[in-house]
Amino acid sequence: MTRYLAGRLAQTVLSMLVVISIVFVLTRLSGNPVDLLLDANATEQDHAILMHHLGLDRPMPVQYLIYVKNIALGDFGNSVLTRRPVTEHIWERLPATAELGFVAMALSVLIGVPLGMYSAVHRGSPLDSGARIFAVLGQSMPPFWLGLMLILLFGVLLGVLPAGGRGGIQHIILPAFTLGYFTSAAILRLTRSAMLEVLGSDYIKFARLKGLHEQIVLWKHGLKNALLPVVTFAVMLFVQFLFLGGAVVTETVFAWPGLGRLILESITTRDYPIVQAGVLVLSALYLTGNLFVDVLYSYLNPRIRRAGA
Amino acid sequence: MPGPDVDVMGGSGRPSSPPTLAPAPAKPWRGSVRAYRAYPWFAASVLGALVVCAVFAPWLSAQSPTDGDITMKLIPPIWMERGTSEHPLGTDRFGRDVLSRIIHGSRISLLVSLIAIVVAGSIGTTVGLIAGYRGGITDTLLMRLTDIGLSLPTILIAVVIVAVSEPSFRNVILVIALLLWPRFARQVRGETLAVKEQDFVALAVVAGRSSTWIITRHIFPNVIPTLLVISTLQVGYVVLLEGTLSFLGVGVPPPNPAWGLMIADGRGFLATAWWISLFPGLAMLLTVLAVNLMGDWLRDHLDPKLRQAGARV
Repeated sequence: MTRYLAGRLAQTVLSMLVVISIVFVLTRLSGNPVDLLLDANATEQDHAILMHHLGLDRPMPVQYLIYVKNIALGDFGNSVLTRRPVTEHIWERLPATAELGFVAMALSVLIGVPLGMYSAVHRGSPLDSGARIFAVLGQSMPPFWLGLMLILLFGVLLGVLPAGGRGGIQHIILPAFTLGYFTSAAILRLTRSAMLEVLGSDYIKFARLKGLHEQIVLWKHGLKNALLPVVTFAVMLFVQFLFLGGAVVTETVFAWPGLGRLILESITTRDYPIVQAGVLVLSALYLTGNLFVDVLYSYLNPRIRRAGA
Repeated sequence: MPGPDVDVMGGSGRPSSPPTLAPAPAKPWRGSVRAYRAYPWFAASVLGALVVCAVFAPWLSAQSPTDGDITMKLIPPIWMERGTSEHPLGTDRFGRDVLSRIIHGSRISLLVSLIAIVVAGSIGTTVGLIAGYRGGITDTLLMRLTDIGLSLPTILIAVVIVAVSEPSFRNVILVIALLLWPRFARQVRGETLAVKEQDFVALAVVAGRSSTWIITRHIFPNVIPTLLVISTLQVGYVVLLEGTLSFLGVGVPPPNPAWGLMIADGRGFLATAWWISLFPGLAMLLTVLAVNLMGDWLRDHLDPKLRQAGARV
């Protein structure tokens, strides 16, 4: 187990270094930032002074090490536009992303688990077929388009929900559903198959033979045993989906003032320090989220625990 | 006929490898097993129509996909008031014909998917074949690299790439291939491990054939069915990914009629000209749906071993 954990941790650090390196190489490839900072009247000497000041005259490997050191210390520099530290910008936007993430995840579990259970218990019923369509659509629908269509339906045509921005409960419903639909479809499929497996087991037959109330059999004996894979999977999927780009997409569609939107806005304003920092922070969250789920999963699953021993 | 019990997710022979958290993937709906087994007519016809659109786009669409008549802007679809038969699905804010753009857009979706999958498939297959056949330290190193590749947050990397350069076809394909190759590497490695154990490989070794010969002549042909299935299963994912990147403005550059770009174009006109966003999205939904159904069917028919490997992000 310890060996597995150490290996997994090392891999996460390596992945983060790869991301950092890619970002470093890409930003260095993009041209000399001095040309952007100085106006046309600047002399050759001005260039040299600024290059030296920014540390750009040092050898690449040294620049790279300084870059990694600064990131490790949480120093991402200042925004080109506002001159404020980039970290401040990020902290301002992080709560909105977290809020949307948690609500969307709760929503996808609340939709996926009961629907999956119902569809397992009533196999072949019309609702089961409906659930199948819901799940298949969820895995084929472009999330950004779903968001826009929800705005069209509920915001424009029916006028019952706001089309964007952050505020009360009514503001979060559409973005949370947009972000959670894909995951809820996957959770539904998984709950359904896990439930079917559990329901066919001997202890469920026994519980029924004992004359337990069907609801107790289903929810206590059935769901409790089917839930473990569902929960780990739900968290994993969610982390992936949110930080892999779900946040950027959903926040853009709904003008949700989170980190993803900040990154995209900063691309438009060419505020590279923010883009860099935002991407690195989201990547770090994504990688630690994955690590967390893997560890949780291996802890809960004895087969993996033993294999690593 | 079940094949040998191979861990296609690449875990076998490597007990310390990270768990490939692929959930026991959802089993096909049992209640509709027959529907599942039946030939996917719906998917096949959608895909057929798509390919026809892509190949014959210039002949099928009456209008130019990139040049619009500004006096004809924001015309609604044919069945609405003001709609004309000239523009069955309406026009966008530059007066470009939405239907023509969707038809031409199928070219972009298919071309990007095709190239990205060929690139990723070639890299992934090479890595997988070598890792699986060589084993030992080569295998460990290559699979570590694969794990890292799988863990990269690709959309974010795409965002940086575009932030420092410009959106272009090349970058979109590059980014997608970067994300995709490890999936091929994993599956192909698993398959290679199984094929390697078979008698004809041992015979070839005894006959003194070189590793290159054995890999290309004996192992690779046996991996092709798997490759075909994985490739199909990835098409839907690639179409969605390209759509997402284009929608965010970090994918295919305008004025190309990429579906994602068209959906983004219509964002500001939801209240007045909803058709600009609705129709390209429907096209994308149908495409991905059809490819996914087709991929599931192929997986069940061509390669029973892959059934457990249906995990898609």
